[in-house]
Amino acid sequence: MEQVGQRKIDGLWLTVVGIAVLFFLILPTLIVIPMSFSGASFLEFPPTSFSFRWYTAYLTSPEWMSATRTSLIAAILTTLIATPLGSLCAYGLHCSAPRIRNAAQILVIMPIVVPVILIAVGVFSLYAKLGLNYTLAGVVIAHTALALPFVIVTVMSGLQNYDFDQELAARSLGASRAYALWTVTVPQVKFSIQTGAFLAFITSLDEVVISMLVSGGDNATITRRMFNSLRDQLDPTIAAISTCLIVVSVVALVGVQLIGRSKNVDK
Amino acid sequence: MSAVEGYESAEALQNVSTLKSENHRERRTFLGLSMPAVLVVLVVVFLPVLWLSSLSFFNAAGELSSENYARIFKSELYLRTFVVTFQISVAVTVICVLVGYPLCYWLARMSDRNAAILMVFVLVPFWTSVLVRTYAWLVLLQRNGIINESMISMGIIDEPLQLAHNLTGSIIGMVHIMLPFLVLPLYATMRSVDTDLVRAAVGLGSSPRGAFWRVFFPMSLPGLFAGIVLVFILSLGFFVTPALLGGGRVQMLAQRIESTITIYSNWGAASALGVVLLLMALLMIWLMNRVFGLDKLFMR
Repeated sequence: MEQVGQRKIDGLWLTVVGIAVLFFLILPTLIVIPMSFSGASFLEFPPTSFSFRWYTAYLTSPEWMSATRTSLIAAILTTLIATPLGSLCAYGLHCSAPRIRNAAQILVIMPIVVPVILIAVGVFSLYAKLGLNYTLAGVVIAHTALALPFVIVTVMSGLQNYDFDQELAARSLGASRAYALWTVTVPQVKFSIQTGAFLAFITSLDEVVISMLVSGGDNATITRRMFNSLRDQLDPTIAAISTCLIVVSVVALVGVQLIGRSKNVDK
Repeated sequence: MSAVEGYESAEALQNVSTLKSENHRERRTFLGLSMPAVLVVLVVVFLPVLWLSSLSFFNAAGELSSENYARIFKSELYLRTFVVTFQISVAVTVICVLVGYPLCYWLARMSDRNAAILMVFVLVPFWTSVLVRTYAWLVLLQRNGIINESMISMGIIDEPLQLAHNLTGSIIGMVHIMLPFLVLPLYATMRSVDTDLVRAAVGLGSSPRGAFWRVFFPMSLPGLFAGIVLVFILSLGFFVTPALLGGGRVQMLAQRIESTITIYSNWGAASALGVVLLLMALLMIWLMNRVFGLDKLFMR
């Protein structure tokens, strides 16, 4: 009897802590959403009046709009470059000799292992020589390098569950390598590739430290502008921008989950 | 490898030298497919970081010397940066373990469905921009923010506490950013633990607590260790949140590197700081690879 009572207390304690920690995680993340609809001219929570003024302020500001455009274009280009390059790399490494694979894996994982401030400073001085600082191309190239490991790792783990003999069968029946890869292998690891693309997009969109150093002028990203603005003051416009960023992340995340689910249903 | 072997058996009747050259060509093709991505990482990350690190071994006159290291280990300012960085990273890691472990344990004992729903509370913050979350904490922790206001109205404190723009704010914000990095690997490991073993221990006379500490806890250690290493390593090099929530009063290593370059243009000292940071990070990753395997870094 005593043990049962003890277990109930343990269970209760655990539930309370668990719920508290989940709230600690989610509330600060979502609090910017109600704040962004506040009508007050300073930041307050909970908001006392409702308005779209901060969205208007965001959408009518040429600086914020230009930064948003830069960030979205950079994120889309990064996704379009990193996804095929990373997927091909994963495919190539998957079929390479283990020794080469291990060495290459360590190299391509570097962008997430090395503290990003060091990459940022390194890229900044490299770009200074190449004249790529403050250009969109510079941001895209740096973000591509950061996003590649995510694509490579997701696609490689997808390939581990794929029976490679299917592609060989297609080729022995006369398909060219590229045709077999495109029509037999790619459809079966499609979900991994899509997940990798999502990770690449979010990596680029949310990246701060490299953008802070190498983007600027007309090509400043939204994260750079947000960071600089937050250093000075708490501008409520940022609540509206943050809400938009959260919506983009959640939509992308839900999209990937839905694609994954429909795939499982097919099976 | 298996691909090449499969190919061989299909073409078994062909002559051996043709096969060998095909084999080589096959491997070169696969390697070639990997090259564009490898090159990007090599040129954009590996070489610049290597070059940056090499600067630390030269003095202002361009001669080989250990001057930079002597300076950063003698200077009060830099030593304090190391100490503060280390203290904050340890504090953040310890708090993450203390709040993350019970959460994971609670989630791991639920049905798959319920746990998957509650994991949304971990994944949404995880995928939300660090800047957005830091901004939220700046608002919550400010002098007339909701936390101070509600504590005053409840009569816990009389004067608003200084929560943001200092060490407290930095640590709270960093715990919030880092917690998912502890929870994700730890939760995955706990899910894979065979709970029948715990039940067997209880059936054989162990108390539930004894069974937890002697059976369940040791089996959750690989995930816990991976989470600790991840949180610690990311904290060591963290820039955004301490820069904003520290309000200039907290100077961690990454900020010191940035200001040493952008304000003082002292590339040698910044590079030496960077090398120390890099070595600590690589040591941690090496440890993690030995214990857990690097692939587990990624949540799918």
